[in-house]
Amino acid sequence: MIKTLFRIVSIVLSVFILIFLQNLLKPKYMTSIHEGNLVEEYYKSSKDHDVIFIGDCEVFSNVSPITLWEKYGITSYIRGSAQQLVWQSYYLFEETLKYEKPDVVVFNVLAMKYGEPQNEAYNRLTLDGMKMSMSKIGAIKASMTEDENMITYFFPILRYHSRWSELTWEDFRYLFKKDKVSHNGYLMRVDTKPVKVVPEGRKLPSYEFGEKAWHYLEKMTQLAKDNNIELMLIKSPSIYPYWYDEWDEQIKQFAEENGLTYINFLPLAEEMGIDYSKDTYDGGLHMNLSGAEKFTAYLGEILKEKYALEDRRNDEKLAAEWQGKIAFYEWMKEHQQMELQKYGYLKSYGAAAQTIE
Amino acid sequence: MHFASYSFILYILVLVPLYYLIPKKLQWMLLLVASYVFYSFAGAGYLTYILVSTISTWFAAIKIDKLKQVQEDYLNRMKKELSRAERKEYREGIKAKQRTWMLLCLILNFGILAFLKYAGHFQFGARLGLILPLGMSFYTFQSMGYLIDIYRGTYDAERNLGKLALFISFFPQLVQGPISRFNQLKETLFAQHSYDAQQMTYGMQRILWGFFKKLVVADRLLPAVKTIVTNPGEYQGAFVLVGMFFYAIQLYADFTGGIDIAIGVARLFGVHLNENFNRPYFSKSITEYWRRWHITLGAWFRDYMFYPISVSKTMMSITRKARKYLGDAVGKRVPIYIASIIVWFTTGVWHGSTWNFVVWGLLNCLVILVSQECEPLYERFHNKFDLKGRFWYRLFQVGRTFWLMSFLRTLDVYTGVGTTFRMYASVFTVWNLPELFQGGLMQLGLTIADYVVLIFAVGLMLFVSLKSRAGSISMSLNAKPMPVRYAAYFLVFIAVLVFGAYGVGYDASQFIYSQF
Repeated sequence: MIKTLFRIVSIVLSVFILIFLQNLLKPKYMTSIHEGNLVEEYYKSSKDHDVIFIGDCEVFSNVSPITLWEKYGITSYIRGSAQQLVWQSYYLFEETLKYEKPDVVVFNVLAMKYGEPQNEAYNRLTLDGMKMSMSKIGAIKASMTEDENMITYFFPILRYHSRWSELTWEDFRYLFKKDKVSHNGYLMRVDTKPVKVVPEGRKLPSYEFGEKAWHYLEKMTQLAKDNNIELMLIKSPSIYPYWYDEWDEQIKQFAEENGLTYINFLPLAEEMGIDYSKDTYDGGLHMNLSGAEKFTAYLGEILKEKYALEDRRNDEKLAAEWQGKIAFYEWMKEHQQMELQKYGYLKSYGAAAQTIE
Repeated sequence: MHFASYSFILYILVLVPLYYLIPKKLQWMLLLVASYVFYSFAGAGYLTYILVSTISTWFAAIKIDKLKQVQEDYLNRMKKELSRAERKEYREGIKAKQRTWMLLCLILNFGILAFLKYAGHFQFGARLGLILPLGMSFYTFQSMGYLIDIYRGTYDAERNLGKLALFISFFPQLVQGPISRFNQLKETLFAQHSYDAQQMTYGMQRILWGFFKKLVVADRLLPAVKTIVTNPGEYQGAFVLVGMFFYAIQLYADFTGGIDIAIGVARLFGVHLNENFNRPYFSKSITEYWRRWHITLGAWFRDYMFYPISVSKTMMSITRKARKYLGDAVGKRVPIYIASIIVWFTTGVWHGSTWNFVVWGLLNCLVILVSQECEPLYERFHNKFDLKGRFWYRLFQVGRTFWLMSFLRTLDVYTGVGTTFRMYASVFTVWNLPELFQGGLMQLGLTIADYVVLIFAVGLMLFVSLKSRAGSISMSLNAKPMPVRYAAYFLVFIAVLVFGAYGVGYDASQFIYSQF
C-alpha cells in the first residue's frame, strides 16, 4: 500500500517538476520578439469577430482591429505571426473555425512566395503558441524543416532545454502568467524609420509560386466556401519584401477563377494617405501605428461596403469589452511615445523585432 | 535511426510491449524483423550486404558441420576396417575440405569488408559512391567468429537460417558491438522470455546512464575536439594536450555510452550481451588497458588471430629457425612479435582505412612489446624501491597509461599522420599554456556553463566508476530505499533532458565507433 502510494506521489511529482521545467525553459517573448506571443493570445480573447485576418507580419503590423472597431464598429482579430507560411495560415484558419465563425477572412498573400518550409525559428513563433489539436499537428507536419522533429512540438522542453544557461528574470517573472502584448493580434510600434530607397526587385529565376503554397491557398478557399465565409485576398502596402507584378498577376487570376476579391494596396498608398517617410518603423517593411491606422481605415471602408458588415458599436456588451481594449491601446500608445522621448527608441518593445520579417 | 534519436526511443517503446504480448515462440522472429527494419533505416541497399554475409556464413557453417557428421559416421562405420593411419588420413582430408569452405567464406566476407572500406579511396569507389555500410565491421567479425568456431568444432552449426540471421543482425549490437559469441548469446537470444520487472529496471538504468554519457558528456565535448583538430595551424602546444584530454573523455563517454544503451536495450528483451569495458582508464599498463577497453574486439583478435598465428605451422618453423640463429631467449619471442605485429596492424586497419590507423595500431604494438621487454627492468625497480602497493605510485601508473593512450589515440582525429606528429612535436616546442586561461579555452565552442556541466558530469562518471570497483553499482542502487533510488533515476533523467547536447543548435552526432 505504502509502495503504491509512493509510486503515485512520485509520478505526480515528477510530472509536476517536468511541466514546471518546461514552462521555465520555454521562451516568454515578453521583452523581445513579441511576435512569439501573438498566436497564443487569441485563446484568451472573446470569440466574436466579424473579420479574421490571417497572414504574416503584413497583417499583424499593418492592420489595427481597434481602428476597425472605432471607425466602423467591426470586430476583428489577427491570427498572424512572423513569416507565417501559407499552410500555417490555413491551419490557423481551420482552428479558428472551432471557436467562431467570422463573416470574412482576409488573407495577406505575401507568404505565397514561400513554397517550402523555411526556418525552424519562425516555425516556432507560429506553432508553439497553438493549442494542441489536429490543426496544430497538420500545421507542424506541413511546416517542419528537415532537422526538426515533431515530438519537440509536443514536448517543447526537448527544443528549449539548452536555454537553462540563458535564463533571465523574464523567465521567472512570466513563468505562470504573461502580459498581453497585442491588440487583438496587432503589434503596435509608434517609432518611425522612413523609407530611403524604393526597391527594385532583383530578377528571379522563376516567378511561379510553389505548388505547396497553391495547394494550401486552394484549401483555404475551399474551407471558406464550405463554411460560407467570404475570403478576401490582400497585398498589404509594405514595400519590402518586393512584390513582383508577375506574382500579382497570378493572384489576380486565382481570385478571378475562384470568385474572390483581391486587392493589392501597394499602388493605393497615396490614396490611403500613407507617407513612407512617416508611416513605417523599419524603412518600409512594416507600418508603424500611424501607417497601420491609415491602412486599416481604408480597408475598413471596403470591408463594410463589400461585405455589408454591421456596425456593432451600439451593442452595449461589445462596446464595454472594446472600451477596455481601447484603453489598453491608448495606454500602450502613450507608453511607447514616452519611451521614445525618454530613450530615443522603444526600450520595452523589442528592437529585435525590426529584424523579424 | 541511431541510438540517440527520438525515432529509436519510439521504436523501442513500440517493440518492448509487442515482444511480451506475442506468443513466446515468436519472440525471436520479432527481434529478427525488428533488426532488419532497424538496419533498413541506415539504407535499404545495405540489407544486401548483411544478407550475403548471413547466407554465406550459414551455408559454409552447415557444409562444415555436415562434413563433421560425415566424418563421424564414416569413422564409426569403418571403425574396424581402418588403420590408425588411414583414419588420420581421412580426418585430414575432411579437415582440408572444411578449411576450404571456411576460407572461401572468410575471403568472401572479409573481401567485401575490405573492398568497401577501401573502395572510397579509389576513383571508381568514389564514383560509384561506395561507402562502408553501417556496422559492417562488427557483424562481419561476429559472423566470421561463429564460422571459425564451427570449423574448430567448438559448437554445432545453427541450422535455422533465421536464427543465425538474428545472431548476426541483432539490432542493439549491430552498430557498434559488443561482438558476441554464438554459444553465449543464443542462450538468451532465442529463449522464450516473460516480462521481468528486474530485467526491465536494469535495462532502463543502463540506457539512461548510456544517454547521460553520450548526450551530456560526449556530445557536449564534440565542438571543442572538432575545433582543435580541424584547425591544427591555430591550436598547437597546450591546446593539443587539451584536445587529447577532451577526446579521451569524449571517446570513452561516447563508446561506453553506446554500449550501455546496447546492453540496456538488449536486456529489455531479456537478452544478455557481454560487457565491453572494465574501467579501462584505471589501467596501470597498456597491456592491461587493452584487456579492459573494447574487450570483445580484443578477445576476437586474441582467439581468432593471435593464437592461431602464434601456433601455426609456419610460425613453428620460423620459431625453430629463430631459436637456431638468434638463440633461445630471442627466438622464442619471435612468434609473439610477428603475431602481435600482424594483429595490431589488422586492428589498425579494422578501425579505419587511413594511414593514421595503421600507424596507431603499430605504435600500440611497439609500446606493448617494449613494455614487455622492459618487464624485468620494472621488476628489479619495483623490488628495490617497493613502490607497487603505494597509492601515489598506482596513481602515477594510471596517469601514465592514460596519457600514453591519449597520445596514441590522437591519431584517430587529425587528418594525416604528418599533421599528428607535428602536433605531438608542438606539445614540446610551442609553450602557450597561459593562453588557455587567457580566453583560449573559451574559443573552443564551449561556454562557462558547458565547462561547469562537464566538470559535474565527468565527476559523476568518475564517482560511478570508483564505486563500481566494489561491485555492481546497479545492485547497490537496487538495495537502496525506493525514494533514494527513484530520486537518483529522476535526477539523471533530468540531467540528460536538460543538459544533454541534442536538438537544434547541436551537431547531430553519430556514435564514433559506428564509423569503424
